[in-house]
Amino acid sequence: MKQLFILSAALVFSGTAVAEEGLLQKDCATCHNISGPVAQTLKEALAKKGPDLSYAGNKYLQKWIVSWLQKPTRIRPAGMYYGDHIKPGPKGDEIDVSTLTDHVAISKEDATAIAAELMKLKPHDDLIAKEKIVPGTITKQMGEMNFDKFQGCMTCHLIEPEYGGFSGPQVYTAANRLQPEFMASFIRNPQAWEPKTWMPNKHVSDSGIQKLVQYLEMLSKEAVNAK
Amino acid sequence: MLNKLLFAVLLAYTAQAQAKETAADNYKAYCVQCHGMEGNGNGVNIRDMSVIPRDHTDSKAMSGRADDMLFKVIKEGGTSISKSVLMPQWEGVLSDEEIKDLVLHLRVLCKCKFGS
Repeated sequence: MKQLFILSAALVFSGTAVAEEGLLQKDCATCHNISGPVAQTLKEALAKKGPDLSYAGNKYLQKWIVSWLQKPTRIRPAGMYYGDHIKPGPKGDEIDVSTLTDHVAISKEDATAIAAELMKLKPHDDLIAKEKIVPGTITKQMGEMNFDKFQGCMTCHLIEPEYGGFSGPQVYTAANRLQPEFMASFIRNPQAWEPKTWMPNKHVSDSGIQKLVQYLEMLSKEAVNAK
Repeated sequence: MLNKLLFAVLLAYTAQAQAKETAADNYKAYCVQCHGMEGNGNGVNIRDMSVIPRDHTDSKAMSGRADDMLFKVIKEGGTSISKSVLMPQWEGVLSDEEIKDLVLHLRVLCKCKFGS
């Protein structure tokens, strides 16, 4: 009897896991790379319809995935590859919003199941383990000076909803979405995660990386408080 | 048989990872965001930039830049030639060979050569 119960429990568990994995493969894999490897050529990188999720468990905060999937908002103002969503304008290239599509919203139940499955995708625990986040704070003024004037990151990233660049993801919500160790690791060497990403390696020092992460943490708290 | 298959997959993967990109594709992916679709310095990111990117179609200005200087600024970034930090170093993303091709691509955009 006990054996039968264990077998039944195992079947139910297995069935749930398969169902969740099925959601990923069925609903997410159309636009996202789930199984890896990440894009190795520009052709592959520029063809991506959504962020690579094959390392989602190393990248995202689970609670953010659950929340965002139920009410998705745009994170990359010019889409996944900006070149597909710009057009010449009177003051220079501008975003062609007519080409942008919204992410589908899903139920809390499905979002929770998908997030749990995504968090299992951790091919880069090695890179994450190399990062140690030092607790600390930075003033907004110093953080912005470092981010913009010293490192030049604002060129491609919005630091406020209406201030900054457009070809990269907005960063004023980055720390609400991303694990701090991932932010540090990606800043340290973007190409270790995505060989063809258009984010350059700025060769930021260890202390510089800490300052940038502290700034991103500060910006995200501010963004939450502003809501 | 399985070993042969794995070896073939590994070879294909390695070849793909080391494949050289064309200058036009590299320009499209990495340069257009700031230097613009037409290479005129009016990229989608310029609105809040403190320094406007170089106009690659400006024959006069571009003919004042030697090829080795263009190579250096692409590889090592703006500060390597005492220019803006907003121009990042692309070393680690682009190979030396790809950067050389990009310099040739810039000469096509500006319809110029050094000293002309």
